Amino acid sequence: MESALATTLMGKYIGAGLATLGMLGAAIGVGIIFAAALNGIARNPAKEGSIKGLALLGMALAEFMGLLAFVVAILILYVVKS
Amino acid sequence: MTEAPVHNPLAQFEVYPIIPLKFGELDLSFTNASLWMVIVLGMATSLLMMGVRNRQLVPGRWQSMSEMLVEFISSVVTDNAGKEAMKFFPLIFSLFMFILLSNLCGMIPLSFTVTSHIVVTFALAATLFVGITILGFVKHGMHFLSLFLPAGTPWWMVPLMIPIELTSYFMRPVSLSIRLAANMLAGHLLLKIVAGFVMIGLLGIFPFGFLLIFTGFEIFIACLHAYIFTLLICIYLNDALNLH
Repeated sequence: MESALATTLMGKYIGAGLATLGMLGAAIGVGIIFAAALNGIARNPAKEGSIKGLALLGMALAEFMGLLAFVVAILILYVVKS
Repeated sequence: MTEAPVHNPLAQFEVYPIIPLKFGELDLSFTNASLWMVIVLGMATSLLMMGVRNRQLVPGRWQSMSEMLVEFISSVVTDNAGKEAMKFFPLIFSLFMFILLSNLCGMIPLSFTVTSHIVVTFALAATLFVGITILGFVKHGMHFLSLFLPAGTPWWMVPLMIPIELTSYFMRPVSLSIRLAANMLAGHLLLKIVAGFVMIGLLGIFPFGFLLIFTGFEIFIACLHAYIFTLLICIYLNDALNLH
């Protein structure tokens, strides 16, 4: 029979591991953004400056969702009482 | 966690008092976070003040650096918030310099990253959010609330659109602050964890190579997130000043 503490720890580790799967969506999203940016620069090389600026902005916004998944994992590991 | 690991990668984010100053329940100690904020302030002041000493028409190196920063932020403000938002330029520029220098100072070994704590970034984002909302109400009166209902929505979608728009409006300071803090936290945490693998002998050359490249990437991320924070604040300012 496992103690309540061991069960909580097991739950925390499994939960934190599962929470990091959320970064998959962020990685795909960033890839789509840069694919569109490369496409745009290839079609219209004169607009490279403004396309690069928008691509970086889009990357930060998409990456933010992946970081939320990471923050949830950190919250589970270090803030939940055990 | 019941047992503490020998090398705790989270120990670098600990805030401890350097000059304890407790007034009963109120804790106003001068902490290591305060120390690094003072250092960032000193850096920003000296960078810009040394830039305007002995002004010449053809700028020397300090002056050129200061001018490039001012021109860059000036173009971000006018491109995103219009020419009449230039009266907010000192605020936006101070914000950008604070975040940029705090992020870059965090890359110094054995230092403390001020912006990796959500309390610091949330203080910045929340005060700016409240200020921009008040600015919107002062400038447009109650017509400011038309921000939450885009023109041309069918009548049956109105009860659905308004809560969604309100929620996304109030998520703005939360997302701004968490984006900056989580990026800094994750970057430094990863650096510390990989650094713990370096001293394993001859094979430690691989973690060391990864550290080298990742430190360069972290410096790029530090500058990028200062730019992203400033850009998003200018976009929100544009929303308040020129309702869409």
